[in-house]
Amino acid sequence: MLEMLNITKEFPGVKALDNVQLKVKKGTVHALMGENGAGKSTLMKILIGIYTPDSGTIRFDGEELKFSNIKNALDKGISMIHQELSPIPNMTVAENIFLGREPSYGFTGWVKTKELEEKTRQLFERLEINIDPNAKMVDLSIANTQMVEIAKAISYNSKLIIMDEPTSAITEKEVNHLFKIIRSLKKEGVSIIYITHKMDELSQITDEVTVLRDGKYVGTKPSARITKDELIEMMVGRELNQIFNKKTVEIKEVALSVKNLSKKGKFENVSFEVRKGEILGFAGLMGSGRTEVLESVFGITPPDSGEIYINGEKANIRSTRDAIKYGMGLLTEDRKSTGLFLPLSVQDNMITVNIDQYTKGGFLNLKKIEDNCKMLSDQLAIKTPSLNQIIKYLSGGNQQKALIARWLLRDPDILFLDEPTRGIDVGAKSEIYNLIFDLAKKGKAIVVISSELPEVLGLSDRIVVMHEGRKTGELSREEATQEKIMQLATGELVTT
Amino acid sequence: MSSQVSVVNKHEKSKVSSSSREKVSRILNRYGMLFILIALIILMSILSPTFFTTGNLLNIVRQMSVVGIVAIGVTIVIITTGIDLSSGSVIALVSVVVASFAHPDTYPLIVPIAIGLGLGLLTGVINGTIISKAQIAPFIVTLGMMTAARGAALLITDGRPVGNLSDSFKFIGQGDVLGIPVPIIIFGFVGLISYILLNKTKFGKYVYAIGGNEQAAIIAGVNVDKYKIFVYGYAGLLSGIAGIILTSRISSGQPTAGVMYELDAIAAAVIGGTSLAGGIGTIGGTIIGALIIGVMNNGLDLLNVSPYWQQILKGAIITVAVFIDSRKNKKS
Repeated sequence: MLEMLNITKEFPGVKALDNVQLKVKKGTVHALMGENGAGKSTLMKILIGIYTPDSGTIRFDGEELKFSNIKNALDKGISMIHQELSPIPNMTVAENIFLGREPSYGFTGWVKTKELEEKTRQLFERLEINIDPNAKMVDLSIANTQMVEIAKAISYNSKLIIMDEPTSAITEKEVNHLFKIIRSLKKEGVSIIYITHKMDELSQITDEVTVLRDGKYVGTKPSARITKDELIEMMVGRELNQIFNKKTVEIKEVALSVKNLSKKGKFENVSFEVRKGEILGFAGLMGSGRTEVLESVFGITPPDSGEIYINGEKANIRSTRDAIKYGMGLLTEDRKSTGLFLPLSVQDNMITVNIDQYTKGGFLNLKKIEDNCKMLSDQLAIKTPSLNQIIKYLSGGNQQKALIARWLLRDPDILFLDEPTRGIDVGAKSEIYNLIFDLAKKGKAIVVISSELPEVLGLSDRIVVMHEGRKTGELSREEATQEKIMQLATGELVTT
Repeated sequence: MSSQVSVVNKHEKSKVSSSSREKVSRILNRYGMLFILIALIILMSILSPTFFTTGNLLNIVRQMSVVGIVAIGVTIVIITTGIDLSSGSVIALVSVVVASFAHPDTYPLIVPIAIGLGLGLLTGVINGTIISKAQIAPFIVTLGMMTAARGAALLITDGRPVGNLSDSFKFIGQGDVLGIPVPIIIFGFVGLISYILLNKTKFGKYVYAIGGNEQAAIIAGVNVDKYKIFVYGYAGLLSGIAGIILTSRISSGQPTAGVMYELDAIAAAVIGGTSLAGGIGTIGGTIIGALIIGVMNNGLDLLNVSPYWQQILKGAIITVAVFIDSRKNKKS
């Protein structure tokens, strides 16, 4: 049905895909697994025409494909349910589903509203979905929004549907409903590529599984015969302590203590503390509220209630400036949208937080700026032709190092790192891990959010796990395992 | 996302394939508009014998100094991803108010100047405060100020010009020092101060940071609201300076002065390489942009091209300049 062979795709500084293959049989559900950054999304974006591969062939339904855009892919019978939902909030359910292909009166573009509604109703009846086609998207729950997205992908009558973690935002009930839909699609001969992180879904719904690791093809196995351990080995593929060269550090007094922090609709009653020299991990699924908690502590979105103590004293943090004054730093989750100043130079990206120390009588001490930036860029081995290079042209790993440098110039006592290795290659990852260990050794209190379990396990002295805005447990380095974290992260187990 | 990635790819490749070609294109990118200005000057000099004379060249710069000063303020605003549409109307408001205090034998010269600067600054601070504190789009806020300031100028004077200005006041727009017209001296001074502000101070680094990524600037502890108020305040102050010069040059306070100046100023900034997407722009570029417009206006006048055609040409040139700029950004 689908054959992707020898697919290679390179981004500057990162080989995202290296000779990857994927073969999906007709009428089967094919799981695609791998850690974050393994290349799953890139591969799927190539399949639906968002990216063009550097080399490789795609054969679909006996025909060689060369897509240049998503519409091409849809026309050939490939649709995708994206992990991040993108509904148009103020349009109705029906309008969202048939966006771009509304039934209309000839060239006038006048939409046949009745027919639109009727088609949506029929689609929902077929899928046994109970949502009003005339409801506005903005009024739907996340789970229902996800169901609409699923219905939309199916409405194209595609021969192949890509589902990118479709169950990450829905409850057990909807999961069962989705699985029922998937089984009936299979009977109609539709093939499905199913991206998931959940091990138990493999045996429940998929027929085969392909694993990618660091942009390379690891293997394809029948889902029924693979064990969890085999799968983890395929996905991780290396002994964890090989890249996590954790040092023993003396853990000292409490640097930051957060008590009963709540923010309506985001998280409730979250408490934790982190000591000098300690690395505290935050684990949880997407949307579990980890990022929101740290952003609240850091003053971006101050909490509704709760207390924050720094070095034992109560802190009143109403803005990021307050947080910085208290000696905190935050490396945000999304480099591009909340970290980098893309049009500016590497140096100008580095100095923002610490600029006051470089200002004398209103003027910048450019010599001191240059010296300090040079020193830090050498120390972190930032690969750039010069510090005046526009940061946009650096690889993800080097951009990330420059952002870490931004905080290190300030030398904060407490450092929050939200997904510090997202989207960067393995080499740069281990450099960043070593840097984190060094910082802990210098007595910094560090909080790391990571969605990659091996990363949380490898870095942390202690791990806080969150589920749907609540802290569900706290594990020491010794007692933490992937399974325990997953149980807490999915809410199956609550220990606090 | 995908376009960005391909941009970087091409960049990497070109670096490998030929570094000398890259050097040439970097020089072209950096000084492209300067070359166009020089080419334009050479072209006009060939076409019109009176063009390349000291008198005429000074005349061009003097004529452009009012819009040029406004354009410098607008450039800084645009670098923060904002826009200021109110400059032209603020010039008119400043013009009539200043003129009322500049009659012969009434107040000392410092009074109308201080009032003009203060009024300009005030309008800018109002713009900046509403934009940052009420979170309303700069386009809307400054559109409101544009309308209101023009209304105020007409209201104060009942629509009539204010004449009879003192000689000392007229010196600002009409006098010269060592053969250089005073407006050009002020223009140069404003350019220099603004260059220093933007390149040698914390303020400048924050302006670029806010324009490069406002959210990231907030997280890095930048007091974005405060600096936005500074930026619009500074633009307002420069409109005040422009208003004083213009009033002095035309020897009267005109409630209808400065119409479309804000658009000429934006055009100068954009021709000079300022990106409406924010984070990119230089004072030097904007001055070159203003001079390109000035040379065109003047040259086409000398060649007896109808002013109607001049407008059409100007429109075309702005569009082409931005097109070239966007191509060049894609290539580099």
